This record gives sequence, structure tokens and C-alpha cells, in this order.
Amino acid sequence: MSPQSSVLYDAPGPRTRRRTTIAAVLIGVALLAGAYYLVYRPLEAKGQFTAVKWGPLVDLADPNLPLVWERIRLGIIATLTAAALAIVCSLLAGTLLAVVRMLLKEQAKRRYAGLPAAAAYALRGLNTALRGITRFCVEVFRGLPVLVTIFFAWRISGISDPLWPLVIGLSIYNSVVIAEIIRSGMEGLPRGQREAADSLGLTPFQAILLVQLPQAFRIMLPALISQLVVILKDTTLGYIITYEDILAVAQQMIQILQNPIQMYVIIGAVFIAINYALSQLAAYVQRRVSRVRAHKPAAAATELAASEPVVLDA
Amino acid sequence: MDVLIDNADVFVSGFWLTLQLCVLSATGALLIGTIVAAMRISPVPSLRWAGATYVTLVRNLPLTIVFFLTSFGLPELGSNADFLRVPGLSSVFDRLGIDLPYFRFAVIALSVYTAAFVCEAIRSGVNAVPAGQAEAARSLGLTFRQNLLSIVLPQAWRAAIVPLGSVIIAMIKNSALAGAFGVTGELFSSGQNLTSSGGNPIIPVFIGISIGYLIMTVPLGIFIDRVENRRAVAR
Repeated sequence: MSPQSSVLYDAPGPRTRRRTTIAAVLIGVALLAGAYYLVYRPLEAKGQFTAVKWGPLVDLADPNLPLVWERIRLGIIATLTAAALAIVCSLLAGTLLAVVRMLLKEQAKRRYAGLPAAAAYALRGLNTALRGITRFCVEVFRGLPVLVTIFFAWRISGISDPLWPLVIGLSIYNSVVIAEIIRSGMEGLPRGQREAADSLGLTPFQAILLVQLPQAFRIMLPALISQLVVILKDTTLGYIITYEDILAVAQQMIQILQNPIQMYVIIGAVFIAINYALSQLAAYVQRRVSRVRAHKPAAAATELAASEPVVLDA
Repeated sequence: MDVLIDNADVFVSGFWLTLQLCVLSATGALLIGTIVAAMRISPVPSLRWAGATYVTLVRNLPLTIVFFLTSFGLPELGSNADFLRVPGLSSVFDRLGIDLPYFRFAVIALSVYTAAFVCEAIRSGVNAVPAGQAEAARSLGLTFRQNLLSIVLPQAWRAAIVPLGSVIIAMIKNSALAGAFGVTGELFSSGQNLTSSGGNPIIPVFIGISIGYLIMTVPLGIFIDRVENRRAVAR
């Protein structure tokens, strides 16, 4: 029970507790009965629970089981490979983009007093242009469906192996998202961090790299991990550009075994297991981050960033 | 760029269909999501478990698998999603009424998937209301219903609108997947057709498709930023 829900009503007395228990049992029975009559019965009538459909997936005595799971394993490895490559690429590109955008913002304040007027204006114009371009890229690629970036990365690049277009398409979208996560982490830091770095004589680049970036990473770690869940889920779009991932493998096997529902339920379960583990990791890291922060005096300002709900973006 | 002008009607009708899909799915997702959120904060344990199970399962599934399960599972359940063929509604959203069920399946898949995120957004909004508010209401003698309806939800709504907005933006982007599941003439699938069978140059088509999606996502994003900034000042 979340703490909030217990605030909404009084601690139940014996009568309310009894009533709640009765309601809980009745509703539970109703839900199960609904599931039985509306889902189980029709599916059974259509023969969806027969050994022919489930056997190759779950029956250890079935001769096809090792072959089927071997293919599923290969498919999952293909999916995880693409996801891992996309994660590495988007983390690198995202961090780079975040640092570049912070530096450009920094440079916008400079007046280039020692240079001739024309050069100073040129440099400031260049800065404005670069800021505009990076801002534009962020807004555009954040607003596009990742399916569109994957598909057109595939068609425009013309690479025949679909792995790289998939990785590129995923990275374009996710590096922009990760850049925004890291940037908001850096901007959410207490100002004293940056001022201290400046007063120690660090250059802007050093200050960002040595002081702001590591702290932003730490605060934003939960959000970054849940973005990894998003990347892993989006990797399944690869089958649309003919990448031999878990879904492509599943489709091939369904052609032979004729069991689409069973196959997708099993594969869905695999995904739920992996992603659930990742989300638990994110929640654990979030608890740790906020606990560590709570001991420090600067906590108040960063608490906000750390307690943001884990990214909801699907 | 001629491709864009020559095929303007394709892009416009694709945009229109995607917009219809998004409006319907957003309505469905908000409805289901609110119900599931209400289940998750209710005092009845079995409702809470049902809601939590739903969110955990759906949130960790890739949308692709939700789509596959909908389009293979619903026919096996003996349903062509005909309950969505509401007479008045079908005259506005013409794809709802046709015999091919793929548009209705896409609406269901997107609603069911997005609802899990809507639920979490609403719940995070409810959790953002300071506990003192609910406690004060309770000490004034308000019941659970009164407390929820007149104290907590109005404030939760304000905190939930930003995450809800990003959920809806994500849903608009996810709707592109419907094109791969039989919803012909949707924005992404019409772009796919133009490049593969139409033999048109790829980059202009890409730009056309992108503009279509950006028209929907960017204004919504700007709106959310506005709301967020206003809230930040108010705090």
C-alpha cells in the first residue's frame, strides 16, 4: 500500500475491515469469474489450450522443445545485441550532445572583448547558429516516432544488414532524449557546485566534465535506467526492417507451429521478466540516490530532480 | 520536393487518419487509465492487486507484442471489436465502422498499452499532493469519496498534467506502429508505400512524414513546457 492511500481514509475499524474483506473477496471472485467466462472459456472452445499449441513451448517431453527454445535464445541474443549497441551509442552521443549544449550556452555569455569587433560578432553569430541547430535537432528527433527514424535510417543509408540502421534509428531518438535527461540533471544542480569549480580556476569545459557531469549522471541514473527499458522495448521494432530479432524468429516459428497466441505470450513473459528486473534496479538506484542525497546539506535543490517520477515516456 | 506537392493528398489523408487514431486511443487510454488508477488507490486489496498486475504486465511489454496479442487474440475470443462500431461515432471516425477490424484493433492495443502509463501519471499526481491536505480534509470529517473528489483529485490533476502530456506525446509517436498492423493509409504506412512501391525519392517523403508527426507532437510539447514553467513559478 502506498503511503498516500492510507492518508486518504481513516485507519479502518473492525466493521469497515470486515466490509472491505467481504468486498475484496467478492470482487476477486468476480474478476476471476470474468476472466474464466470471457477469456478462458472462449479460448478453450477454440482449442487454444491443447498440447499441440503449447507443447513445443512448455512440455519438456516434446521433441521440438529444445529446437524452439534454441531459436528463441538466438532471437533474444539478437535483440539484446541491438539493444546493447543502441544503448552504448545513445549514451555516448547523448552525453556529448548534452555537454556541447551546455558549453554553447556558456559561450553565449562571452563578449570576446579582446578581439576586433568583426571577429567578435562572427563568433557570437556562430554560437547562436550552433545553438539553434542543436536545439532544432533535439526538438525534431524528440518529436518523431522511433519507427520512422528506424525505417528511414534503413532506407536512406541503404545498408543491407539491418542491424546498423536499427541501431542508428534507435540511437538518433534516444541520444536526444538522454541528452535532455543529462542536461536537466546538470541544470538542476545547486549553483554553488559550478561557482566553486569556477573559483578553483577550472575552465568551463573542465567544470562541466569534472564537476557537473558526474553529479548529473548520478542524480539522473534512475531516469537513465528506465530509458534503457524503453530502448529494449523499442528494439523489437527491428523486425519491421527485416532484422532477425526475437519477433522475426517468432513469426517464422508461428508459420510452422501455428500457435501465434502461445508464442507471443511466452515471448511477452520473457520481456516482462527482463524489463521488470531493470525497473526494479531503477527503483533501487532511485532509493539509494535519494538516501545519499538526504545526508548532504545541498539536498534540497537536487531532491527535486531525484524525486521526479521515473520517466513515464513509453 | 515535387514528391511532397504531388502527393499532398496522401500526406494529408495519412495525417488525418493518424489524428483520428490518436484522438480515439487517447480517449480510451485516459478512460481505462483513470479506472485502473482508481483501482490502485482504492481500499479494497483485490482491486489494488488487479490494478498493479495490469500496470506491471503492460508497462514491461513491448508495444509490438501488445499489438500482436490484440490482433491474434481478439479474433480467437470471438470478438471483432464490434462494440467500437458506435453509430454516431462511426460517422465522424469512418474507419471505426468498416468491416475490416484492424483500425479498431489498433485503437484497442494503443489504449490498453497507454492506459498503464496514464495510470502511473495519475498516481504520481496523487502522490504529489502533500499528505497534510488529505489529513486536514479527514480531520474536518470528510469521507474517502469527498476527500478524493474535492481535495485530492483537483490538486493531483494539476501535478499530473505534465506527465500525462508526455504520455500522450509518446502515444502519438507509438501510433506509427499501427501502420505495420494493417491500418492502411495511416501516416507512416503511406510514407512506407510511397518509398517502396511508389519508387519515390526517400528523403522528401521522410520530410513529409516528419512534418506530419511534428505538427502533432511539437505544439503539445510546447504546451507542456508552458504548464511546467507556470507551475515552477507558482511553487
